[in-house]
Amino acid sequence: MLAEIFLVARKDLRVERRAKIALGQVAPLALLILMVFAFALDANTSLLERGAGGLYWLAVLYGGTLLIQRSFDVETDDGNMDALRMSAIGMPSLFLGKALALFVQITVLELILGPGILLLYNVGVVDWVLLIAAAIAGTVAFSVCGVLWGAMSAGLRVRATLLPLLLVPVLAPVLLAGSRAFETALGVRAGAGWTWAGLMFVIAAVHTALGLGAFGFLLEEG
Amino acid sequence: MPVANSGAKMTATLITRVLGVSALAATGLMAVLGLVISPPDVVQGEAVRMLYIHVPSIWIAYGGFALTSISSILFLRRSRRRPDQGRHYDRLAGSAAEVGVVFTAITLITGMLWGKVTWGTYWQWDARLTTTVLLFVTYLGYLALRRLPAEPAVRSRRAAVMALISFINVPIVHYSVDWWRTLHQKASLSVGRRPEITGEMYWTLLYSALAVTILATWLIIHRYRVIRLEELRDEEGLEALIASRLNKDFGSH
Repeated sequence: MLAEIFLVARKDLRVERRAKIALGQVAPLALLILMVFAFALDANTSLLERGAGGLYWLAVLYGGTLLIQRSFDVETDDGNMDALRMSAIGMPSLFLGKALALFVQITVLELILGPGILLLYNVGVVDWVLLIAAAIAGTVAFSVCGVLWGAMSAGLRVRATLLPLLLVPVLAPVLLAGSRAFETALGVRAGAGWTWAGLMFVIAAVHTALGLGAFGFLLEEG
Repeated sequence: MPVANSGAKMTATLITRVLGVSALAATGLMAVLGLVISPPDVVQGEAVRMLYIHVPSIWIAYGGFALTSISSILFLRRSRRRPDQGRHYDRLAGSAAEVGVVFTAITLITGMLWGKVTWGTYWQWDARLTTTVLLFVTYLGYLALRRLPAEPAVRSRRAAVMALISFINVPIVHYSVDWWRTLHQKASLSVGRRPEITGEMYWTLLYSALAVTILATWLIIHRYRVIRLEELRDEEGLEALIASRLNKDFGSH
């Protein structure tokens, strides 16, 4: 099963490496959003510092949604999904493989956005371990939810508008927990940062279990 | 038209007529009890009357979403065996969700009006309020998914999975939002903490729950039938199109 998971993830990452959408388009756009937040808040340093955690996760949500969309567009455009269904790869492996590929892509996006908030919003890190743990937990949750809801809207004509509508309410707790955990890690507010990070791991675990059970239903045709 | 004939039979049975009239009468009596007979509250004054519609509405909404989830499980089990099976469960899931969304909207609107009178503001970042809005948007998304132009079997299956995941997600959303508010601060305007309800107010609330349940049942049955009619229309429309095309092709040769 592990070999299958890596095979699917490698395929998605190879497609991405050749197209360079994540690095070439989504990451610059997400960085631009960090700038636009500063415009909206009139470059108020104290407001930006206090909201840095939340604004970071909002930018991840925006960029992540585009990456999720892209992850399923490459499968449905040329009927690749039929080929995947015909292959011997099990649905759980397909689900985990796509989630792994998405995890890598969103991590790359976050590695660009992270220094972005540190430099642009003038914040410092007081707890690196919490910051990294929260980022990993949030990214895992984003990835598994993304694959689940990406499959839900895959192949439909109005998927570009449907996916965010379905995804945002589900990711709202992740956004909330990620923002609070980052606030603690950035020293903006004392709080239960680790508990929030733990909550994100729980959300990720629940959605992984749901995805393993339900992914097959979502990809069935007819 | 065959659809129109079957439709006439399907939307008006004796039982649903009786149920419809009962719903109308029950709602009328509920208005009298809630607006005239029951007394104003000592703390909340006249605003308490809003609760007679607000509280039963959210019960119905939760009930509707629970029904959607149960129907979705049954649909997935049936359609696994045969793709054409279990469509009635799919229709029931859709109708219950629609009614659930309508009653969630009623809960939100009455809650906001009640908040304006009692707290002095339409909106507070209260855990219950925030969770209800997220629930509302989630099921709006579910209804949007059900209305998409796609193959019916695929659409129904995806909608069923979505209904299940959304229902499992409700406690997670509620817990995280609740925790967020508790960790920050208690609601600063706590005048509106609902007191224990007793006497006439208690019975009015209980009766309102019954009246709203009758109304919701009637609505779900009718929505179910309309969804079935829409499916028939689509199927017969497709058959008619194929027939006209065949006639045209034969005519041209």
